[in-house]
Amino acid sequence: MTLASFAFYMFATVTVASALMVISARNPVHSVLFLILTFFNSAGIFLLLGAEFLALLLVIVYVGAVAVLFLFVVMMLDIDFVELNEGFLQYLPVGALVGLVLLTELIMVLGGSAIAPDMIAGGPKATTDDMTNAEALGRVLYTDYVFFFQTAGAILLVAMVGAIVLTLQKRDNPKRQSVAAQNARRRDESVEVVKVKPGQGL
Amino acid sequence: MMLQTDIMAILPELILFFGAMGLLMVGVFNTSNLSRPISWGAIIILLVAATVVLFQPGQAYFAFNGALLMNDFTALMKAMTFIAVAGSLVLSHDFMHQEKIERFEYPVLVLLASCGMSIMISANDLIAVYMGLELQSLALYVVASINRDSVRSTEAGLKYFVLGALSSGMLLYGVSLIYGFSGTVNFQELASLGFTGNDIGLIFGMVFLMAGLAFKISAVPFHMWTPDVYEGAPTPVTAFLAVAPKLAAMALFMRAVITIFPQAQDAWQQIIIFMSLASMALGALAAIGQQSIKRLMAYSSIGHIGFALVGFAAIAGENSAEGVSGVIIYIIIYAIMTLGTFACILSMRRSQGMVENIDDLSGLSQTRPFMAFCLAVFMFSMAGIPPLAGFFGKFYVFRAAINAELYTLAVLGVLTSVIGAYYYLRIVKIMYLDAPDDEVNLPMPRNLSLLAGASTFLMLLFFIYPKPLVTVVDNAADAFLGVDVQPGYVHYQGTPK
Amino acid sequence: MDNASLSFFQAYVMPFLLITAHSLAIMIALLLALAFFMYADRKVWAAVQLRRGPNVVGPFGLLQSFADILKYLFKEVVVPTTANKAVFLLAPFLTMFLALSAWAVIPFDEGWAVADINLGILYVLAISSLGVYGVIMGGWASNSKYPFLGALRSAAQMVSYEVSIGLVIITVLLCVGSLNLTDIVLAQKNIWFCVPLFPMFVVFFISALAETNRPPFDLPEAESELVAGFMVEYSSTPYVVFMIGELANIVLMCAMTTILFLGGWLPPIDIAPFNMVPGVIWFTLKLCLMFFMFAMVKAMVPRYRYDQLMRLGWKIFLPFSLIWVVLTAGVLQYFDLAP
Repeated sequence: MTLASFAFYMFATVTVASALMVISARNPVHSVLFLILTFFNSAGIFLLLGAEFLALLLVIVYVGAVAVLFLFVVMMLDIDFVELNEGFLQYLPVGALVGLVLLTELIMVLGGSAIAPDMIAGGPKATTDDMTNAEALGRVLYTDYVFFFQTAGAILLVAMVGAIVLTLQKRDNPKRQSVAAQNARRRDESVEVVKVKPGQGL
Repeated sequence: MMLQTDIMAILPELILFFGAMGLLMVGVFNTSNLSRPISWGAIIILLVAATVVLFQPGQAYFAFNGALLMNDFTALMKAMTFIAVAGSLVLSHDFMHQEKIERFEYPVLVLLASCGMSIMISANDLIAVYMGLELQSLALYVVASINRDSVRSTEAGLKYFVLGALSSGMLLYGVSLIYGFSGTVNFQELASLGFTGNDIGLIFGMVFLMAGLAFKISAVPFHMWTPDVYEGAPTPVTAFLAVAPKLAAMALFMRAVITIFPQAQDAWQQIIIFMSLASMALGALAAIGQQSIKRLMAYSSIGHIGFALVGFAAIAGENSAEGVSGVIIYIIIYAIMTLGTFACILSMRRSQGMVENIDDLSGLSQTRPFMAFCLAVFMFSMAGIPPLAGFFGKFYVFRAAINAELYTLAVLGVLTSVIGAYYYLRIVKIMYLDAPDDEVNLPMPRNLSLLAGASTFLMLLFFIYPKPLVTVVDNAADAFLGVDVQPGYVHYQGTPK
Repeated sequence: MDNASLSFFQAYVMPFLLITAHSLAIMIALLLALAFFMYADRKVWAAVQLRRGPNVVGPFGLLQSFADILKYLFKEVVVPTTANKAVFLLAPFLTMFLALSAWAVIPFDEGWAVADINLGILYVLAISSLGVYGVIMGGWASNSKYPFLGALRSAAQMVSYEVSIGLVIITVLLCVGSLNLTDIVLAQKNIWFCVPLFPMFVVFFISALAETNRPPFDLPEAESELVAGFMVEYSSTPYVVFMIGELANIVLMCAMTTILFLGGWLPPIDIAPFNMVPGVIWFTLKLCLMFFMFAMVKAMVPRYRYDQLMRLGWKIFLPFSLIWVVLTAGVLQYFDLAP
């Protein structure tokens, strides 16, 4: 066994184990933390495949940003954990059935590829020989795949507009800071020097 | 220059996208409520895009390294989609204003959704399929819950979102299986690999892909979201959801399945036949007990999708062109009569507000004869009573099915359509034979009556002069088959990755 | 020793030992240096306020930090009863572990990096984006109001400023054409990037302050509002580990500024007396200069309000750095300077 396969089995084991913990942990915050561990180990597997750019992107985007917001939301939720876990067994048969179907399919599909490897016309290759994969990605992303890149941008725009539409509350009297108004203030407009006689007040 | 042709090819999408961005900027930076002018602006943009589509070159060509395909079929479907979207925007003004949910983001999101639909229709690459689908769906989730202060509307949006995300997941799973087993995502390259029904990985990929797409056209057994979303969403949004996405998703469904798997016809035909039968049966039976007309329309649309799928099933066989044109004609007629029906539903207003129960229509023929007449025409047409257009839609798909020797499917289809006629005719009976309520419906707003009148006109007179539509559709069907199905006829000249 | 085991030794054991030795050397040097950075921070602060600062332990008080650390280590570890124990204790160690592991790719001189990986800058960005977890986990696990509020503030703050840091890094990368930290330094042979990209240098410096929760952006631990923010419940060893992690992050940001904008180990002028000094000395000098600026900012600038902080990050830095990315790319393309 080479070091690479040892590393693979380590990453894979931790990924699967922590993925299991994501759905079985009693505390949702723990679930999210295990989810982060899962992401991290998947990044490790990407690294082993030679897709280092993808691995780091996974860490930056999913672990560093998406999961943080996730954690944020989950921490603020007021969940009754006992009640949440009550219904768990009730859905187990259905869930197990779906899982079983998916497992059978995976076995058939992967088994099929093991029996007839020529079915796979040409597996995707992670690295090109003469450049780093960040460069290889950069070369096609803005040229051959520019349409998809821009469409992805449009999708994100829709997500942003949608989030604002559904959540922005226009309150009647919000207190907002207006920097321009603050800077435009002059001393003589806002300060008044008053001579106060002792013992009399204003 | 390569890029120039690419940009010309996606000109309609660009018009929609930049139009949406422009309207968004106008809306954001204007303090006064401009939602009505912005909505009209969106309608104009859609009509411009539709015109541009129709003036694009007729022969088939590819853009962006084979990511998109333009031909007569995509042009027709795009133009129809844009017009349908524009129609549903016309429907929305008054309602949105009365319900005080007038927001300028609605037309903007609708424009972005139509951009996604356009990409879906042209998609010639599994990445483009997913991108278009997401662009469309994400905007649809938001517009379904645009009335965010109403529990039902937010519930509709949430349900739609969760189930839609599930379907996207299934689609992606299928796509990744297909890609994993072939090493390519381009439709023509996939077709040239000649997969048959025996390639187990591909078949699983195909099933998941079809499941994901069936969700979008709400074919049974992936229809669960439809009634709740149609009922919960604001009515003009329901009109929008019931028409344009169906056109786009149906076009994509046909193109994806038929182009990618030309050799695996037996495999996908079985699935389509099952979906078709189940949808027709559910559409006919479940609609009978409905009280809300919006819910009834949801089941009715499920049933209509079932009928359209009859034509789809007939594509696998000798007379493919008949099946393709059957589906196109059916779905176009469906779009027109659904829009008209929703124009009538949106006119069901009384002094205290909107009503949407079927009983509220009682005696409509005496109080609002024009509206009752239009609605009756639509109901007869949906039931498939000759000589209305709906009959011809059904006629074309069933003829294709019989020529493809799918006798059982055709017979069962006719049977369900007879059952379905019951609830359509019940509405006509309520309108014409029941006594009117004490409350009187308010008169139809002008733009609604215009739209309802126009589509009634089309429904009534289609049989006199069906030639233009049939010719255009036959052209489109030829284009569809010419590029996609015939083996060895591949335009795509790009460098394979 | 037979052939197979010899090749195994050469292939795996030797590099492993070498990497371990490298890492240990850096960690020890870094931890020692951190003690003096802490001391320097306090001395600068004191000098600005006309105080003497630490001056009792050792000559000029130089050993003050060691005394502090020892004191913390010998105290009892107090874990609040309602705290989530595992997460509570994990948080400080996570912070320190991440802060130290980022140093693996920092080149102190040409070839002086434990791992000179191709995507070095992305690695640093990834590791520093994980830093927020220590804070959130600590704040949440304490199961108390102030730590939680501090953690929320901190998470929002760090995520916001990461965006502009990312864009600043992109402008630098556009000028370099590589994500390797050594290449980034070598690209500055002619001119340090702080000259042509001066505005980005400023944005990066300020964002680095916010990213490391340094004053004037130390809202997560604003004592007038939140006592000590996410660290309220921490004491003794976990506390000192937190502190070391934070300080290591600050010094890391100084090192990143040095590498990205101040030419790393390169001498200011490439002529005789300057280029005879070893690069690592230049690197350390620049790093100390950056840290001095961090310390001066802490001593002189009043704390921001939270909405001001967010406005600065999203409404000023984000568009500004985005415009600079476009501008830099345009200039590089137009004058054909792109590498």
